[in-house]
Amino acid sequence: MDKLNSYKLGPDQNGRFGIFGGRFVAETLMPLILDLEKSYQLAKKDDSFQSELAYLNKYYTGRPSPLYFAERLTNYLNTAKIYFKRDELNHTGSHKINNCLGQILLARRMGKTRIIAETGAGQHGVAVATVSARFGLPCVIYMGAKDIERQKPNVFRMKLLGAEVVPVRSGNATLKDAMNEALRDWVANVNDTFYIIGTVAGPHPYPEMVRDFQSIIGKETKEQILDQEGRLPDQLIACIGGGSNAMGLFYPFLDDTSVKITGIEAGGMGLQGEKHCASLTAGRPGVLHGNRTYLLQDDDGQIIEGHSISAGLDYPGIGPEHAWLKESGRVEYIAITDSEAVEAFKICTKTEGIIPALEPSHAIAHLINIAPNLSKNDLVVMNLCGRGDKDIFTIAEHLNMEI
Amino acid sequence: MTERIDNCFNKLKLINKKALITFLTAGDPNYDLSLELIKSLPEAGADIVEIGMPFSDPMADGPAIQASSLRAINSGHKMEKTFEMIESFRKNNSHTPIILMGYFNPIYNYGVRNFIEKIIDIQVDGVIVVDLPPEEDNELCDALESANVSFIRLVTPTTTPDRLNKILQKTSGFLYYVSIAGITGSKRPEINEVKTAVQVIKTKTKIPVSVGFGIRTKEDVKRVSIFSDGVIVGSVLVDIIKDNQREADIKNKIVKTVKEFASAV
Repeated sequence: MDKLNSYKLGPDQNGRFGIFGGRFVAETLMPLILDLEKSYQLAKKDDSFQSELAYLNKYYTGRPSPLYFAERLTNYLNTAKIYFKRDELNHTGSHKINNCLGQILLARRMGKTRIIAETGAGQHGVAVATVSARFGLPCVIYMGAKDIERQKPNVFRMKLLGAEVVPVRSGNATLKDAMNEALRDWVANVNDTFYIIGTVAGPHPYPEMVRDFQSIIGKETKEQILDQEGRLPDQLIACIGGGSNAMGLFYPFLDDTSVKITGIEAGGMGLQGEKHCASLTAGRPGVLHGNRTYLLQDDDGQIIEGHSISAGLDYPGIGPEHAWLKESGRVEYIAITDSEAVEAFKICTKTEGIIPALEPSHAIAHLINIAPNLSKNDLVVMNLCGRGDKDIFTIAEHLNMEI
Repeated sequence: MTERIDNCFNKLKLINKKALITFLTAGDPNYDLSLELIKSLPEAGADIVEIGMPFSDPMADGPAIQASSLRAINSGHKMEKTFEMIESFRKNNSHTPIILMGYFNPIYNYGVRNFIEKIIDIQVDGVIVVDLPPEEDNELCDALESANVSFIRLVTPTTTPDRLNKILQKTSGFLYYVSIAGITGSKRPEINEVKTAVQVIKTKTKIPVSVGFGIRTKEDVKRVSIFSDGVIVGSVLVDIIKDNQREADIKNKIVKTVKEFASAV
């Protein structure tokens, strides 16, 4: 018997998933966050809001994204039937747009006139800059100065789209510092500004709201697999940085307990040292960026900067719902190293003619690892949440190749 | 102890003075100098000493206090060393209230129960945790209350009347009015707006109201102390540590600035 009647009831009224989540923010932000929660709950039930979002998802983003049978990879690995959920085909090249459209509609509904966001690899930043252009709102993107150096093409894209990209030099000058800086901006511009958080983390209601906007991935997958195979998949696999693409795929399947669900974290150079970003498999609970969740931290509770070859997984925290799903045992979390991810990237590119982003390459690597143990009758769905164009420089460097 | 804070405000009231509350980060720029600075504050005129517990991600703080936290962490400062500093301070000073200020993660990591036992032992009088609004502070606030340590809550320009009532229910020692919607040491407050806000709060509570964030000059201190019960200064002191290399200069300038402020409250 299952321990719970449903895994889909969270968060509670205090924004908690078990002990995780919550609203750990400065008092200045509390009234805004409560207001945001109220506005979101109303919008969620409003048909006009939902139908406008559905329209944009279809005609602007290009949804539904296909559920694609990766036949050559399946044959190459001689294993279960592998399906890719093709969210890399979305406008802007990743799943990030799903959430940004939802949040900017909410921002407009709340009468906000200025958009801010944080970004690490720049995928979320590009999606925010895109929807800001689409709705004619000025937008400021906070990005670590180090990440700006590493992700020049995305910085250029954001600027073309009209965003102001602000380099963050505080702390370690990467994603977590960009998030600190965005929160500081928000505290100082409470009246007119909407903060579009890019992942299922941050204070309540962000983890719930972002999950809801991303759940379209899992809803479509469920319909598509039933249509194409006549039954639910045996396994779902998705990569996890903050965890939004994974939460989007997993959520509609949480109560289908016959479906095994695995989240793949960035194991970087291995879990022994500090050169990884596996907050669930190698971190412990703490409080950062408005929520209680698993964090990479030292003995004194100072946050540790993670490492991953994939800038999109390079975050020392994780969405609180994932922390809860780990502790409840519903989802298993496994770490994949940089090298395994690069190898998987190469295999996917050559067998399927699809250049995946380094983030989902981690999920493909796990698939390759477990392939020998799967039955050929099994159905496995992997979320191909982003395309790899942005990563060609990193890959070239890793492989000592010149572009 | 809550009493030490209460006594402080009561005594000042008798002589018609307001409290000068000075903030420095523990371990900034290193343990020895930081301890020396903190020990020198009461004599220079600080009525209450607020000590920051360094955190890697101080999201409500501006560049001055962020840098201060990093200087402390990079000098090898740890939570235990903050406690050692306070023990050392208390050896020669049993009357100045000590407030610990910080973010929740280092406390949570230390263990809430361990933290409370420790601060009772070393005679800390109050605690401010920036990222624990009333919705989240039960696990710390209730335990502190029964340990007779003040949990000092923050009120900000965005706090609604409903929330103010909620905040007032469990605050003790004093109430910290954040004078701007923003981070520490950034915008300058509109003193008249702060005055109005503080006056509203004072109609609802007898707890002393102290004002902080963005207060940098003697003139600010003077104007704010007219309508509040205390004035909190931090970034302006912490900047002295950043701007001076010689330890003697740092100490002299901090003492001089605190003396100036003390003459204005």
